[in-house]
Amino acid sequence: MIEFPILTLLVLVPAVGSLLVAVISKRQPDLVKVTALLTSVLTGGMALWVLFAFKSENADFQFVSQHDWIEPWGISWHLGVDGISLFLVVLTGVLFPLVIAGVDPHHDHKRYLSWMLLLEAGVMGSFISLDLFLFFVFFEIVLVPMYFLIGGWGYDNRVYAATKFFLFTMIGSAFMLVGIIATAVLAKAGEGGAVTFDLVKIAETASFAESTGRWLFFAFAVAFAVKVPLFPLHTWLPDAHTQAPTGGSVILAGVLLKMGTYGLLRFGVYLFPEAAVWARPLFLTLAVIGILWGAVAATMQTDLKRLVAYSSVAHLGFIVLGTFALTTTALVGSVFQNVAHGLSTGALFLMVGMISDRRHTREISKLKGLQKVAPVFAAAFTVIMLASIGVPGLNGFVGEFMILIGSFPTARWWVAVAATGVIFAALYLLWAYQRVFHGEPDDDNNDFAELKWKEGALLLPFIALIVFSGVFPKPMLSRIEPSVDKLLEHVQDHSDWEQPSPAEPVVPAEGEHESEEGEG
Amino acid sequence: MGALFAADTLQGPKVAWFSLSPMLVLLAGALVLLLAASLTPAWPKRGYALFTAAVALAAGVMEVLLWYRIDHEGPATLVGDAIHLDKVGVWIGITLCVAVLMTALVTDEYLRREGLDGPELYVLYMLAALGGMVMSSANDLIVLFLGLEILSLALYVMAASHRKRIESQESGIKYFVLGGFSSAFFLYGVALVYGGSGSTNFTKIVAGFDANIDPSNEALVLAGIALLLVGLSFKVAAVPFHFWTPDVYQGAPTPVTAFMASAGKAAAFGAMLRVLLQALPQWRDDYRPAVWFIAVVTLVGGSVMAVVQTNVKRMLAFSSISHAGFILVGVEAAAHVGGPSLDDNTGVSSVLLYLLVYAVLVMGTFGVITAVGRTGDADTGLSGFRGLGKQKPALALGMTVLLLAQAGVPLTSGFVAKFAVIGAAVEVHSYAIALIAMVSAVIAAYLYLRIMISMWIAEPEAGDDAREPVRVPLLLGIAIGLSVAFTLVIGFFPGRLIDITP
Repeated sequence: MIEFPILTLLVLVPAVGSLLVAVISKRQPDLVKVTALLTSVLTGGMALWVLFAFKSENADFQFVSQHDWIEPWGISWHLGVDGISLFLVVLTGVLFPLVIAGVDPHHDHKRYLSWMLLLEAGVMGSFISLDLFLFFVFFEIVLVPMYFLIGGWGYDNRVYAATKFFLFTMIGSAFMLVGIIATAVLAKAGEGGAVTFDLVKIAETASFAESTGRWLFFAFAVAFAVKVPLFPLHTWLPDAHTQAPTGGSVILAGVLLKMGTYGLLRFGVYLFPEAAVWARPLFLTLAVIGILWGAVAATMQTDLKRLVAYSSVAHLGFIVLGTFALTTTALVGSVFQNVAHGLSTGALFLMVGMISDRRHTREISKLKGLQKVAPVFAAAFTVIMLASIGVPGLNGFVGEFMILIGSFPTARWWVAVAATGVIFAALYLLWAYQRVFHGEPDDDNNDFAELKWKEGALLLPFIALIVFSGVFPKPMLSRIEPSVDKLLEHVQDHSDWEQPSPAEPVVPAEGEHESEEGEG
Repeated sequence: MGALFAADTLQGPKVAWFSLSPMLVLLAGALVLLLAASLTPAWPKRGYALFTAAVALAAGVMEVLLWYRIDHEGPATLVGDAIHLDKVGVWIGITLCVAVLMTALVTDEYLRREGLDGPELYVLYMLAALGGMVMSSANDLIVLFLGLEILSLALYVMAASHRKRIESQESGIKYFVLGGFSSAFFLYGVALVYGGSGSTNFTKIVAGFDANIDPSNEALVLAGIALLLVGLSFKVAAVPFHFWTPDVYQGAPTPVTAFMASAGKAAAFGAMLRVLLQALPQWRDDYRPAVWFIAVVTLVGGSVMAVVQTNVKRMLAFSSISHAGFILVGVEAAAHVGGPSLDDNTGVSSVLLYLLVYAVLVMGTFGVITAVGRTGDADTGLSGFRGLGKQKPALALGMTVLLLAQAGVPLTSGFVAKFAVIGAAVEVHSYAIALIAMVSAVIAAYLYLRIMISMWIAEPEAGDDAREPVRVPLLLGIAIGLSVAFTLVIGFFPGRLIDITP
């Protein structure tokens, strides 16, 4: 039976849209915009359709589509979605139309939109590919549109930032490519069959010698650690974020970084469970350093956008902490936090972009008293900021709380240190808020425009989703958990890892009371 | 004992004319063009270029026919065991034909723009390709040397062919002096191998390994191999024998540079595979570390030096060095398993795939530079590309695709080629060299980014409008279009091509 190839379309529709936008005449700017918007809305609609058609209790890959692509090398067009990737797909589908509709690149709309759609195709593809080669193709192709977006539409120092972004990520990918080939070749040697790059096949059947597996794991992990970014490899991120145009920053923080954390789970832990367990202390430590480092660095920033960028480093540290804690609760929290961070930080970048558009500066010292002249704007900023801090009732709390509580049994001391990061987050964000929004506005800030209807309409979905998933996270958690459980079982089967206590279900069965964590 | 002559009576070898047809077509084409053009008044516009393209196409068709013949009858040796008829030779022959065809298209308008229109350059292209074919299908060191000299002499003249530019002549003389020097190395290597093994014929060297070589002679062979390697490394522009490359690439007329980078490299690597794997497989454990070392310094050196250049032709010269390093990675992998037979060797396949892909890629890239260089190749600095994205978006987009392919971004042919080479290296457990290759590819990527920044992002400067506008004439446009199309099609659907690579 041939199923409707919904996942293939998720990649192809934006790719085709990108081509269309590229060939439409420059003299028809409206047609260009409408085409781009329609394409991204259509993609978003399909992503939502996937969300609703997704069978929540099923832990396996769904909507699988598999076709031969490069036969002599055993490479196939293999796509699928499970609970771990589902919400990243949805997030991608939702973020892009919002950014395309709501953020004005100021010049060269046609090229900008074309790159945006190509970016969407690449990001979508990374989240749903189940073939190592195919994943690499998408993972790498994303660099090109992002490079041009930062370089073409960014701020003053954009060329430097774009180049740094490209080269950093490519260095990581260089290791991963060798790792991917080695994995396929060695898996074949172990099995005696034909070469295959199929993720599921390799993960389920191939077995690597202990040291081999560890080397391979590191080849992959370097690429993802750059992308996340983990502590010593994070220096490209503040530059890229600060110089990128608003739309680029939103996408970068919202979904691009998630390719790293997602990759660690899917291609690190799933493919090399033994090595992942072995490397836990290293990654936990780097994650915790990242949390503290990002927080301290954020506190010291004078540029509002750079501050948000460093806060990303800290937040992503939590996600990696949860990933390598390897308990159900922590992992579910990590996956959830991926989405939560995408929404809250994405929205923060939007609002920083609005400030920057109005005042043509992002220096904290030059902004003052905005709350007086733009109360609604300040209110929206407050909600989003509180979500980023992790205040109960908003989605940031759910993720971070689950990560901390879930990691405690297996990574006690790391959690003890990481928990201080939550306080730091309150410190740097509230302090920044105080400096920017409180006080009496001076002459420069006196005519700061209030939130416009269009901007409000853009922020509304973000705030709605932040509040909704903060108050009622259960629909998300219940879709994530089966896949996470399955992944952990896989890890336990293929290594000496044991989850400490008999894991209690994160989500109570139907009919029981509401999960406590939601309300905090 | 000479291979061609029997001891007592002078007896010509049996010549399989059909099997030599691609070479004969090129030779005939070159002679006809030379003769006819000198006896007739100037041909109509595009006449020489289209004639050359037609000859290259015909030679290519003959190669394809030979390919099917090999499919049915298996490989053979021709002309008294002097020439191989096998898929490796045919593959490189096709690569050479493609190079000639595309160079002819690129050269056409260039010569008219420079006021140099005439048949000479086209004749040289065909002769050089003939030399390349001989060299990459030789089964005898002497025959290989003959091919090498035919190719090289043609290239020297081509490099110096822009009569109005002093840089072109400088590049010609530099190439000639250094090239002659390296040919001497190569020839001395041939002599030493002959002295040590008793023959210049590949088959006999291999067959006589046990019988003829006594330990005292082995040193001769090893010294000979070292000298052969020097000569061949010079031809493929590997570090540390690369010093001629940037100067010659920069000074030579841009279409000629394209021809050197594509055809010259393909032929030289073909010869390298023949010499190392087919003539001297028994010494592969001795020379493999040398190849490894040359590959590594070529990769790193080429990439690092490319980054600091400001002239695009120089940049691409160094980038071609770095690509040579990649191909050497494939050669190194091939030398792990190589016997006298080149079949069933992933290393060899990856080298061949890379050569074809790179030939087309570099041809398109230099095609764009030919257009952007403007009259007199005057504007090949990075600044010449400034604002190209605004003035000629299609050309800039094509160049972007070609540059991304050179950088090895997925969904382009360049990535497929790199993947094949790295795959071959990993398969024989050469992990270190695979990693070094990939990391140096990242360094090299910076250089392609710089060109893209110039095209798309750099702010216009005063005086930009006063520059001669960039023109893309018909044949040049076709060449660039073909190159971009090939790059993308192979990038998306490489399966068929990989399947047929020998």
